[in-house]
Amino acid sequence: MRLSVLLAAVFAAGLAVPVAADEIWVSNEKDDTISVIDVETLEVTRTIDVGERPRGITFAIDHSVLYLCASDSDTVQVIDPETGKVLHELPSGEDPEQFVLHPDNRHLYIANEDDAITTVVDTETRTVIAQIDVGIEPEGMAVSPDGKIAITTSETTNMAHWIDTSSQQLFANTLVDQRPRHAEFTLDGSELWVSSEIGGTITVFDVASQAEKGKIGFEIKGIHPDRVQPVGFEMTKDGKYVFVALGPSNHIAVVDQKTYDVLDYILVGRRVWHMAFNGDESLLFTTNGVSGDVTVIDVAELAAVKSIKVGRFPWGAAYRPTN
Amino acid sequence: MALARPILACVFASALTLTARAEVAVTIGYLEQVTPAPPVLSNLDPLPENEGLAGAEVGLADNATTGRFLKQTYTLDVRVVPEDGDFLAAAQELLSVTPFVVVNAPADDLLALADHPDAADAVLFNAGAPETTLRNETCRQNILHTLPSRAMLTDALAQFAVRRKWTDWVMLAGTRTGDQAFAAAIAKSAEKFGVRLRETKTWEFDADMRRNAAQEVPLFTQDLAQHDLMIIADEPGDFGRYVAYNTWEPRPVAGTEGLVPVAWDRTVEQWGAAQLQNRFEEAAARDMRPIDYAAWAAVRSIGEAVTRTNTADRDTIRDYLFSEAFELAGFKGRPLTFRSWNGQLRQPIPLTNPRALVALAPLEGFLHQRTELDTLGIDQAETACTAFEE
Repeated sequence: MRLSVLLAAVFAAGLAVPVAADEIWVSNEKDDTISVIDVETLEVTRTIDVGERPRGITFAIDHSVLYLCASDSDTVQVIDPETGKVLHELPSGEDPEQFVLHPDNRHLYIANEDDAITTVVDTETRTVIAQIDVGIEPEGMAVSPDGKIAITTSETTNMAHWIDTSSQQLFANTLVDQRPRHAEFTLDGSELWVSSEIGGTITVFDVASQAEKGKIGFEIKGIHPDRVQPVGFEMTKDGKYVFVALGPSNHIAVVDQKTYDVLDYILVGRRVWHMAFNGDESLLFTTNGVSGDVTVIDVAELAAVKSIKVGRFPWGAAYRPTN
Repeated sequence: MALARPILACVFASALTLTARAEVAVTIGYLEQVTPAPPVLSNLDPLPENEGLAGAEVGLADNATTGRFLKQTYTLDVRVVPEDGDFLAAAQELLSVTPFVVVNAPADDLLALADHPDAADAVLFNAGAPETTLRNETCRQNILHTLPSRAMLTDALAQFAVRRKWTDWVMLAGTRTGDQAFAAAIAKSAEKFGVRLRETKTWEFDADMRRNAAQEVPLFTQDLAQHDLMIIADEPGDFGRYVAYNTWEPRPVAGTEGLVPVAWDRTVEQWGAAQLQNRFEEAAARDMRPIDYAAWAAVRSIGEAVTRTNTADRDTIRDYLFSEAFELAGFKGRPLTFRSWNGQLRQPIPLTNPRALVALAPLEGFLHQRTELDTLGIDQAETACTAFEE
């Protein structure tokens, strides 16, 4: 009798408090907070206080800790995702804006926007192991799937800088259109994509030769081309789509990863900036800086399904599985 | 649904390969004529002595950083001519070194330079003279303008007023040449955008307003026609600062005081501008001002052309600046380009108060068949400039 009551109680409790769902973490640049969104209910469940002007946001590969660029605090904060507490801070160089975690799960490549430097930090020893001179206003960061190449894009120099991660030296510098903002390698590592905000294009490079292989432009009816500004973008792992945030045009472009054709445009919030998928890539969460919200896109339908209010000027987003 | 915009194959881009680049060395001249600052009632805001030059220096550092990766080097050759100095002689010295000269000088000096035989093949960048006529009747094919004209500034203000439905204006104008030119630009912009400029009063007082603005301004503005907005035309900032909150009617103030249209201001921080502001502040230990911005944009325009064409050749650079391929990322939210009919750099105009960016013109709803930026200043259809016709 007692046992069955206990079991019933456990069962009831299990129903009342559902298993924690996966989460999307959003950095709010002008609120010094992170908003945590529950992927099931599509609601903000936690708001976490962090350092000043949080921008770049990424989890360790095993999701044990969160790394966050607190730009105006001149540091990278390491945060416990369970408690939201700052565990410690990493040296980052001045004004860290964006970063990328090397596949070794140990080295962070950080763009120091005000200093024209890329800083390489060892997250275990918590030391800077290299600083590499790059162009003015480094921003976009990427690392090849095999870990051999890191990329920094510089907004005012208008280049992608190619870093050999074994020597931490530049081995190539390739020009792109005005104000490159973001870079990503394709999953097979054969192509590098770089978005140019003011140029209004994405340049695709052949990684082996660093030669330009293609260029993608965008055109939205009723919006002047000057306002169609590609910024953050993410590729689906199935090799099908690239979703491109088009900034003040308030749209996400859907690009065919293989043919480079633009397939569709999806209306989202104002000044859409970066984005993150959920675990099975069925949903895409875009940060809309000016409207202060996150748009949820159904990837199968290529349609916006909900917008979620977050903090002021949401900047980056990162996915956290909880099971 | 293939909506991809076809990318025009661009001669300049395809000519560019980053391997086997020859070294390119570019000298940019900076030429300034120092002028006496007119006396003003308040000493609160002294003018920095290096306005313009400081912007050129930051632009040069920006160019140099990019150049480092491309074997391109940049030098700034500076001539600052004192009040009683020989402007044309200094200009000739510079022109013997480089055809690319950023000029921060009054309109008359700029024109004398442009018409000098030594400058026939020069590419001069006007960073200091806002006269609309320089972009119109007295335009020269060897002058590009990175500073906005007064017409661009007052058009921006008129657009804002129309958006807010503040379409009845009155104006207080000073007596100096710049004040009168600003007032004339206001009148023209009002006409262009359907604003009623109902009355203009000239400010001729020589009393010290710090003491008696509270007494003088209410009376002076008491008999003005009904208005939504009071325009101040006082370029040196003489009496204008004492008008707000002392007017007979409670009305906002705009023009050279209050809500001010400018090429650049410390309150511009969006569109990546915070980074340029930080770089400038670190270099110059003060805020970046409009002429700094114009000089920066001039030096960066040359840098951008050299980066993309990999040459310092005068003809190639000038052609590139006017080509469709040229774009300058000027931290104002959209690419900046040069108008083919008068050499003016198209640019959004921030409307600012002392503590914030209020709006950025062109404002939404002001449409243009080419680019909304051409709703500001002299458009192709109305230009009196013929020097750029080939």
